[in-house]
Amino acid sequence: MSLVHEIDYGTPRAKSATMVTLTIDGHSVTVPEGTSIMRAAMEMGTQIPKLCATDMVDAFGSCRLCLVEIEGRAGTPASCTTPAMNGLVVHTQNQRLQTIRKGVMELYISDHPLDCLTCAANGDCELQDMAGAVGLRDVRYGYEGENHVFAKTKPSPGHDHSPHDCENDHWMAKDESNPYFTYDPSKCIVCSRCVRACEEVQGTFALTISGRGFESRVSPGMSESFLGSECVSCGACVQACPTATLTEKSVIAIGQPEHSAVTTCAYCGVGCTFKAEMRGEELVRMVPYKDGKANRGHSCVKGRFAWGYANHKERILNPMIRERITDPWQEVSWDEAFNFAATKFRGIQAKHGRDAIGGITSSRCTNEEVFVVQKLIRAGFGNNNVDTCARVCHSPTGYGLSSTFGTSAGTQDFDSVEQADVVMIIGANPTDGHPVFASRLKKRLRAGAKLIVVDPRRTDIVRSAHVEAQHHLPLLPGTNVAVLTAMAHVIVTEGLVDEAFVRERCDWSEFEDWAAFVAQPKHSPEATGIMTGVDPKELRAAARLFATGGNGAIYYGLGVTEHSQGSTTVIAIANLAMATGNIGRPGVGVNPLRGQNNVQGSCDMGSFPHELPGYRHIAGDAVREQFEAMWNVKLNAEPGLRIPNMFDAAVEGTFMGLYVQGEDILQSDPNTKHVVAALSAMECVIVHDLFLNETANYAHVFFPGSTFLEKNGTFTNAERRIQRVRKVMSPKNGLEDWEVTLGFAKALGYEMTYSHPSEIMDEIAALTPTFAGVSFALLDEVGSVQWPCNEKAPLGTPVMHIDGFVRGKGKFMITEYVATDERTGPRFPLLLTTGRILSQYNVGAQTRRTENIVWHEEDRLEMHPHDAEMRGVRDGDWCRLQSRAGETTLRARITERVAPGVVYTTFHHPTTQANVITTEFSDWATNCPEYKVTAVQISPSNGPSEWQRDYDEQARQSRRIAIPAEAAE
Amino acid sequence: MTQATSPDRLIYMANQIGTFFRSQGADKAVPGITEHIRKFWDPRMRKAITAHLDAGGEGLDPPVREAIAALKG
Repeated sequence: MSLVHEIDYGTPRAKSATMVTLTIDGHSVTVPEGTSIMRAAMEMGTQIPKLCATDMVDAFGSCRLCLVEIEGRAGTPASCTTPAMNGLVVHTQNQRLQTIRKGVMELYISDHPLDCLTCAANGDCELQDMAGAVGLRDVRYGYEGENHVFAKTKPSPGHDHSPHDCENDHWMAKDESNPYFTYDPSKCIVCSRCVRACEEVQGTFALTISGRGFESRVSPGMSESFLGSECVSCGACVQACPTATLTEKSVIAIGQPEHSAVTTCAYCGVGCTFKAEMRGEELVRMVPYKDGKANRGHSCVKGRFAWGYANHKERILNPMIRERITDPWQEVSWDEAFNFAATKFRGIQAKHGRDAIGGITSSRCTNEEVFVVQKLIRAGFGNNNVDTCARVCHSPTGYGLSSTFGTSAGTQDFDSVEQADVVMIIGANPTDGHPVFASRLKKRLRAGAKLIVVDPRRTDIVRSAHVEAQHHLPLLPGTNVAVLTAMAHVIVTEGLVDEAFVRERCDWSEFEDWAAFVAQPKHSPEATGIMTGVDPKELRAAARLFATGGNGAIYYGLGVTEHSQGSTTVIAIANLAMATGNIGRPGVGVNPLRGQNNVQGSCDMGSFPHELPGYRHIAGDAVREQFEAMWNVKLNAEPGLRIPNMFDAAVEGTFMGLYVQGEDILQSDPNTKHVVAALSAMECVIVHDLFLNETANYAHVFFPGSTFLEKNGTFTNAERRIQRVRKVMSPKNGLEDWEVTLGFAKALGYEMTYSHPSEIMDEIAALTPTFAGVSFALLDEVGSVQWPCNEKAPLGTPVMHIDGFVRGKGKFMITEYVATDERTGPRFPLLLTTGRILSQYNVGAQTRRTENIVWHEEDRLEMHPHDAEMRGVRDGDWCRLQSRAGETTLRARITERVAPGVVYTTFHHPTTQANVITTEFSDWATNCPEYKVTAVQISPSNGPSEWQRDYDEQARQSRRIAIPAEAAE
Repeated sequence: MTQATSPDRLIYMANQIGTFFRSQGADKAVPGITEHIRKFWDPRMRKAITAHLDAGGEGLDPPVREAIAALKG
């Protein structure tokens, strides 16, 4: 093993199809037009010395180290800013160039500390490398002059101060405010790479160069600390820095890594590829991988830095059992835990019937781990009571897109956004929820693409540095269908339909029915404006822009799906895309931004109770028989229970045992009190997780889990991209998660024999036509593939529905707006909607156990100043949040980001108990809960509610672990 | 509706499904509802809603009643 080395080509890849040929150092090289001479040289293996250039950002031409000679041209142009052209003859090294470069380096080094041996960048310093490359042997200027290096400085001759006692005004202390990296200005060479990375790659514009000439300094905001500035801690600047100026604190603490493996982030559905850089089994840092096709070398604060939870003191490493949830936990061996759980589950089946147990697969675990859990349930339990957390997030996406297009997934790859002309974001907050995609989107918006945002809140993307939405439609929560149908009304009645596309690709008669429906006057923006709160003029303008602005791409999130009409909204989105011809090529499409790292994969792997892997209904005899033959067991042909149905059945007494793999249903599912009642009613709950999560408070068996760093497998991201997860350390709990499931299955009498996850993938490929070509060997060879990957598409499918829809003809469906039954009234006059924040992830189980808490230590309730004033609530005050389902308390944040009448909070902290408030209304098709609309009232409060205090006490009691008795002889 | 006692919740869910399929056109409503319930509801839920219909079917919208009756077939 060694470090995975990535070549820095110095300037970004040029995308021109026209090629040019030039001669560099006597060799002929052909590159796309627009390629820099520096990059062309690197492509043939010649590294021209450089400091300010790196291929993640555009050329800048400031360091003067990369000079070359071009025959027939005067002077020594910078190779980073000079484009390659046909016929150029370039020399990268001769006496003249060497002398100039050496002179430049000498000046740099004359104002740089010479503590190389003890410097954190020792072994990974481009300045040191370049000093070596240019043959610098001596610094004639000395170090006594003006500098940025020393806190105190020697006075100039003629001054009569004693040496070393003058304050050096140029010197600045280290900024250690960010929890993950330090900024040491004394080591800065002002190459601007960090500033440009913040602008070009991340798009936050938090950094600048303040001052001029010798006074030039990298400055977060207006000379603020990194933590106090707009910096979002994505790490792009740290990665771009060629010296030790910006350095990971983990590298400072541990030292330089010695080997690395390419793996996939276990946070959101973007699926960034990282190099896990190691010393032995210790993780030194995570560095985004430039060949990662989802992230293209970028990262966010979570994937880049927030992996400390893997070593958190609260992580449970031993299996535990208990008879009653009021007992303390007993640590036991794996075998004891497996047998205890198996005996309980078999006992429940004997007493309550075969269908009285089930399981929930994790959208955080690998495809292979999910596959074996659903296999255990279908083949081992003998029923189909399997569901996954997609139930509570994107199940309407599956229903809506499979009904209209024929596949349960997004249509594009992330690269597609680079060719979009109009981007419509509906109910998604990508800068917080999917930050790396947001950076790629913002880059495209800065280059001129137009933006429409449909969201009750004024999210960051509506207006941020160099990005401004052309139209923001701040609709009332729950009125998505009315707004999208009104957009369709404008498109149809104003003759903006792409008729050629619809005639060729879609069912024409269904289209006609739909067009007649949306054209009804009652669906016009003017007629629906009263319900939706959206200005009809803005809506009309937005619809026109989307229909006529070129490539139109729709990106949406849980603000679409988590409603009573979630599935109908997805259908309305699909209708809009078809009517405007925005399907089947790069730059367009319908793109669900999926929440968890492997939620797409867990759906693909047959985690829904009615579907076998590959989205095939369990009642289909031909498909089921294939699985029966492979698994050597008779399968149940009836659909099983979905998560909310499991809770209902538990309260009723017909569902008594649940195996939960990596999911905290108690914190994440709606109406906590009902979930508590359901879990309390069950005879055996098995929680398989890293931590004693909230659900574990009601569990009888705890199987400790392994982190993504500790296992092999694959994740599938929101663009259907299947990527490898590679084991870089031994599981601290002793077993990889798939091995845990196998152990439990064996105790239950259903033995599965796999010696490596690759064998599980082989079985998936054999049983699932869209995965037929997928294997670990293929992924190791090509990096990643997007399903369908089979004989027809051996390297996968970046864009779907190119020549026609998977289902045949695209299906237009009627989308009648039905107001949710969760209504405001005199008792509950405000609408609560929920969301998330950049630094935290989902229920926060991982991110709360990292330094990310410095950005978000508690969930706050956002409310408009008008609503706050009427209730006497001030910023920071505790307030009581009450709905028909329950009440909780949290502190207020007064902001105009939410409209009057709408309040908002996140759900990252268990003490907030946001889901005590949310109701059990759910999507009509999939039972996806309506998290996004709850009628509430708010009043000032003194602190936590009685429920919160009781809950905390129960949780504390429940987490007790018995101290082991002395070993008996 | 926040009280999740069966069969109230099932009636509510069935009517929600009914509302969607009713909007798809009169001829599609009953088969659409039947198919949806058959595809996505586990047997104990189907049994409970059928039993509720047999007991008079209070609260079920007209096409939903018809669709549930068709479930038995």
